[in-house]
Amino acid sequence: MIIERNEELEVRTSTDVARVRQVVRAWSVEVGFSLVDQTKMVTAASELARNTLEHGGGGTATVLLLAEPGRRGVRLVCRDEGPGIADVATALRDGYSTGTGLGLGLGGARRLVNEFAIESQKGAGTTVTITRWK
Amino acid sequence: MERIPILKMGQLLLVTIQVDMHDQLALTLQEDLTERISLTGAKGVLIDISSLEVVDSFIGRMLANIAGMARVLDAETVVVGMQPAVAITLVELGLSLPGVRTALNVERGMAFLHGAVDHRLGGPADDHRAE
Amino acid sequence: MTAQAATKIPEILERDEAQILTEWIRHQQESAGRRRDLISDRDLERQSREFLHLLREATRGGDLGDSNTGAAFGRVRELLAEVSRSRGLQGFSPSETATFLFSLKPVLFGRIREAYLKDAEGLFAELQRATELLDRLGLYTTEVYQKSREQVIARQQADMLELSTPVVKLWDGVLALPMIGTLDSARTQVVMETLLQRIVETGAEVAILDITGVPTVDTLTAQHLIKTVTAARLMGADCIISGIRPQIAQTIVHLGVNLGDVTTKATLADAFAVALARRGLQVQRAARG
Repeated sequence: MIIERNEELEVRTSTDVARVRQVVRAWSVEVGFSLVDQTKMVTAASELARNTLEHGGGGTATVLLLAEPGRRGVRLVCRDEGPGIADVATALRDGYSTGTGLGLGLGGARRLVNEFAIESQKGAGTTVTITRWK
Repeated sequence: MERIPILKMGQLLLVTIQVDMHDQLALTLQEDLTERISLTGAKGVLIDISSLEVVDSFIGRMLANIAGMARVLDAETVVVGMQPAVAITLVELGLSLPGVRTALNVERGMAFLHGAVDHRLGGPADDHRAE
Repeated sequence: MTAQAATKIPEILERDEAQILTEWIRHQQESAGRRRDLISDRDLERQSREFLHLLREATRGGDLGDSNTGAAFGRVRELLAEVSRSRGLQGFSPSETATFLFSLKPVLFGRIREAYLKDAEGLFAELQRATELLDRLGLYTTEVYQKSREQVIARQQADMLELSTPVVKLWDGVLALPMIGTLDSARTQVVMETLLQRIVETGAEVAILDITGVPTVDTLTAQHLIKTVTAARLMGADCIISGIRPQIAQTIVHLGVNLGDVTTKATLADAFAVALARRGLQVQRAARG
């Protein structure tokens, strides 16, 4: 697997979150995702980037354009040095309809992408990686 | 500061949300709308999201909040023009937008609001109140 | 492998390109597999000449092992892809196209033997290199052929998918989606997207999903149907599911699938009646006269 391109973005303001959406959208269009798949990826990216801002105290979002024999994809890695998530399993469970949960949107975001990985430790920051392939 | 314009049409308030709204702008809209409903005594709010290509949990919550606050102020809300890709994504996300009434387009949305408003006032919605 | 640096193949190609080409073309002309009906002498010569020339340029760097991905072999791969595609269109089997490359072996081997007369070890190593190189290139043409066949099939499948899920307008503001055959994940997704798109285009507030022609429904399919209904509702339209056979009704109950408040009707006719009622329409007998 090769990384055709990558871009690191600061996530410090809500405008930055919008910027992450734009870049992910542009690269998704380039790779040739269908409109629905584009929307899924951008929406998932929005959830992650916002979490980095709201819960992680700010951080970075790295967008990558991946290529493997036979397919290309878009990956987003959101990293922060914030408080971390103590109970990842619970955070991944849905919390919208009940109004509880940290509103992290992680469980939902996971369903929107092909690959999802999260590394988080209380007091040691969080890194979430999502990937969608064409 | 940039804000999303809110138009008044009789007893109704109309908002067209442009393409990519960042969170701060969304919060401002929420506040502005609540204020305008209160100020004008509007009975209906139509939010046109036909240009919105992404609705994530934040925007979803915003829409639900607006509908909730409007109801408290005795106004009905309808969200129109949701794009298919957005609807599909919302379903996958598990966001059901509870308490948010939707319609296919502005025309249908207006028809619904006029009906709802008439029901409340017992008369046509185009009846202008003295400001 | 230190022997890599000692390959004489680039030198051989450089020095004897013209003769190798002549011999190779003659070899191909005389072979039993020469398909005069599919490719002219002139085109055959042209393809051979171009390939040999590009091969010579690519091997100049001395690295023969990189033919599948290396930049030096880029133009060789381009030519082979073009040859594979055009020959495929002309009617050659993938083996016949690969043989185009393999037929160079005897000619090249002959030259190599001359260069390594007393050196058995060197000869062996060089023959190995040569055969590996041409095998890889031959297999590459087969892969290109496979890929383009796959693309054709994918396109045909997409067409079939589109044709098999028509969205019909039953009345002003009422759409029907008669589904026929088994509903797999991919198909249901296409169906969902098509339906939602048509709902927007026609402004239809009621969509009837008729599954009379669907023999079985599993949990996944049921979930997809429910997602479709939910998405339509989010947009401001309503769905009615009709044509549920007794077996499917049983399956749904057994699987514990929750249809929620989705309206279901046994027949499309019933569903249509409900749709009309929802739109405030009534059917009356025409007055005689």
